[in-house]
Amino acid sequence: MNFKLSEEQSMLKESVSRFIRERYDFDMRKEVMKLSEGYSRDCWATFAELGWLSIPFADEYGGLDGTIEDVAVVMEEMGRGIIVEPYIPTVVMFGQLLSLSRNELLKSEYIPKIIDGSCLGAFAFLERQARYEVTDIKTTGTLQGDHYRVNGEKAVVFNGGNADVIAITVRTGGQQCDRHGVTVLLVQSDTPGIETTSYQMMDGQMAANMVFKDVLIPHSNVLGTVDAGTELVEAVIPLVILASSAEALGVMTVLNELTVNYAKTRSQFGTPISSFQVLQHRMVDNFMAVEQSRSMLYRGLCTYADEEAYDQNERLRSLHAMKVVIAKSAKTVGEEAVQIHGGMGMTDDLNIGHYLKRLISITTLFGDADFHQKRFNELSYKT
Amino acid sequence: MDVKFTREDLMFRDEVRAFFEEEYDFDLAKQVLNDKSDDYKSAIVAWQKKLHKKGWIAPAWPTEYGGSGWTVTQRYIFESERGRLGIPDAIPFGLKMVGPVIYTFGNQQQKERFLPRILSSDDWWCQGYSEPGAGSDLASLQTSAELVGEDYIVNGQKVWTTFAQFADWIFCLVRTSKEIRKQQGISFLLIDMNSPGVTVKPIITIDGKHSLNEVLFDDVKVPIENLIGEQDKGWTYAKALLIHERAGIAEVADSRSSLNSLKAQAAAETSGGAAIIEDPVFQMRLSDIETELMALEYTELRALASMADGGMPGPESSFLKIKGTEIRQAISELALQLVGYYGGALDSNLDPGVLGHDFASQARVNYMYGRAASIYGGSNEVQRNVIAKMVLGV
Repeated sequence: MNFKLSEEQSMLKESVSRFIRERYDFDMRKEVMKLSEGYSRDCWATFAELGWLSIPFADEYGGLDGTIEDVAVVMEEMGRGIIVEPYIPTVVMFGQLLSLSRNELLKSEYIPKIIDGSCLGAFAFLERQARYEVTDIKTTGTLQGDHYRVNGEKAVVFNGGNADVIAITVRTGGQQCDRHGVTVLLVQSDTPGIETTSYQMMDGQMAANMVFKDVLIPHSNVLGTVDAGTELVEAVIPLVILASSAEALGVMTVLNELTVNYAKTRSQFGTPISSFQVLQHRMVDNFMAVEQSRSMLYRGLCTYADEEAYDQNERLRSLHAMKVVIAKSAKTVGEEAVQIHGGMGMTDDLNIGHYLKRLISITTLFGDADFHQKRFNELSYKT
Repeated sequence: MDVKFTREDLMFRDEVRAFFEEEYDFDLAKQVLNDKSDDYKSAIVAWQKKLHKKGWIAPAWPTEYGGSGWTVTQRYIFESERGRLGIPDAIPFGLKMVGPVIYTFGNQQQKERFLPRILSSDDWWCQGYSEPGAGSDLASLQTSAELVGEDYIVNGQKVWTTFAQFADWIFCLVRTSKEIRKQQGISFLLIDMNSPGVTVKPIITIDGKHSLNEVLFDDVKVPIENLIGEQDKGWTYAKALLIHERAGIAEVADSRSSLNSLKAQAAAETSGGAAIIEDPVFQMRLSDIETELMALEYTELRALASMADGGMPGPESSFLKIKGTEIRQAISELALQLVGYYGGALDSNLDPGVLGHDFASQARVNYMYGRAASIYGGSNEVQRNVIAKMVLGV
């Protein structure tokens, strides 16, 4: 048993880390966020050149055949820079829906374009009334000849405004909240009938609301199986959760470093505030919270990936538990970082609040602590 | 022990209720309370002027200076009704902070000059305490005032000054001599914000808004008649003021109002076809907060009743500050949790209803700005130190 990174993973980590140090410090990030598209095409091209966009894709499409662990290595370092480029929406959400879809035509068309950086993706799963229930879907897809006619509205589609191509969940059968009757379709974002309103999220990520009015999508664009889209979505959500949890770990690590350094240099009552025991103990708690989070990330990665050793129940339990522990840590670490920085922590000019905002967004993604704790309970305490 | 309302109390309650419902402009408040522009200022001033005309603007002031002359019960009723209807409290800097210092420690001429304009909200005040090097350790402040002839010449920098951009006056702690004990040698000065040499620089906070400022003083001339009490004794007056600041800081009525809004939102928000308020886990989160608030409400009443009996506000104001801000933060955290993804979206050209943005966006702003509550007015760490020392004697 060992928890060391492989040589390839260490190189990957160093390559992302160098990029953040040299090209994505906090001031550069501010410049990126001012760009009209809300992300940097130059940075994205660099991601492609350095091979980061190819990690989790199969060799036959030009991918690196990497694992979710490899993605987690990248995401943790990206968290240190709170990059706003749409890596998760494009590579993990859209990319993995495509990868797991078994639609060979679409895979060979789009995966190479994701890898070379020429195609951005998004996953339109959320509806206003649904919150964290991904099967709560009112958007309809009605089969007419060889096309689906899609009507409805998706909210907070990450990267929706910049995406060239979008995966969308539609209801092709059943009632509003049924697991069955959900189909995942792929649609070009410039298809007639799609009305997109883009906005920025508090963490700098771009998102959009998308209205679909009589949008025609060919039947050949089904990802996965008709009416059984929930299975595909539920195969991809764990990957998104693992990737974003790794990012949260990177964010929390930076926050603790910054906070301890600040406490050592900020003097009040004639002494650095780091000399006060009440702050020392809380910084120790935050340190332990991040270590526990790292343990949960590793547990999640090891358990979820090992289908032979663990049954589905245990694999899911480890994911829900990871979300719970990391969400709680994120809240404490983020809020304490602001508190210990005092008034400075409240200013928009300092990076602390921006890290806190990213933590809140990650916590929200596919369910907060209460949501996952309930799921954990359902799987754990059955009679 | 008796908390029953008398017939007079009930009549007073009806009068307060009727006044609020008739005079408070709920529509205007909805439009302006979330942005901190000049419209916000004029809406606040207009409302405070109505309270002033009614004689209700300064419940805690002695009647000889324009106070309402209410019993503890009446103050409780007024606050409860205010919270029930979600009407914000008056801006505290003049009415709860400098006003009491002026009527307690000021001279006759200062009382006549400043108090009426505080009551009528014709002057907007801000508080010049914190400095870059003096936060929790307020007494290490460095802004200097040197007496030259009939004027103090003030130089230095104040920070985290709320609403300095609206202010006509600032009350400042300044250093007038360098004594061995740093609490000595501090004086309490009233400074006209229009004086040459005063510069206000905005600080944008993590909620994306502009409430806070830096205030810079460059050879600002302040006439000696603007000194409160004696030179070098300002720390004593400031301590008295901090106690007043904390007495209102439990903000029970405002928490009650936020909690009511949160319940209404949780009834409207859904997931998987059911209202969030029906979710037992969410109910536990709500009642964790509401039960604490119920306790705090009585803790505050006990403190008020003891003050009415002639007791001086003491360390219990630290208690009220800690619990009050913790509850306010807990409400803002749960409100943000409720709106989930939708609260993360910044304002856009979407119809505000689409993402629930009348309250989802506000939940984010409240949460973010609310982080300051455990920092300002003496951080909660410092307040705990006060209780440890004054109450536990350790």
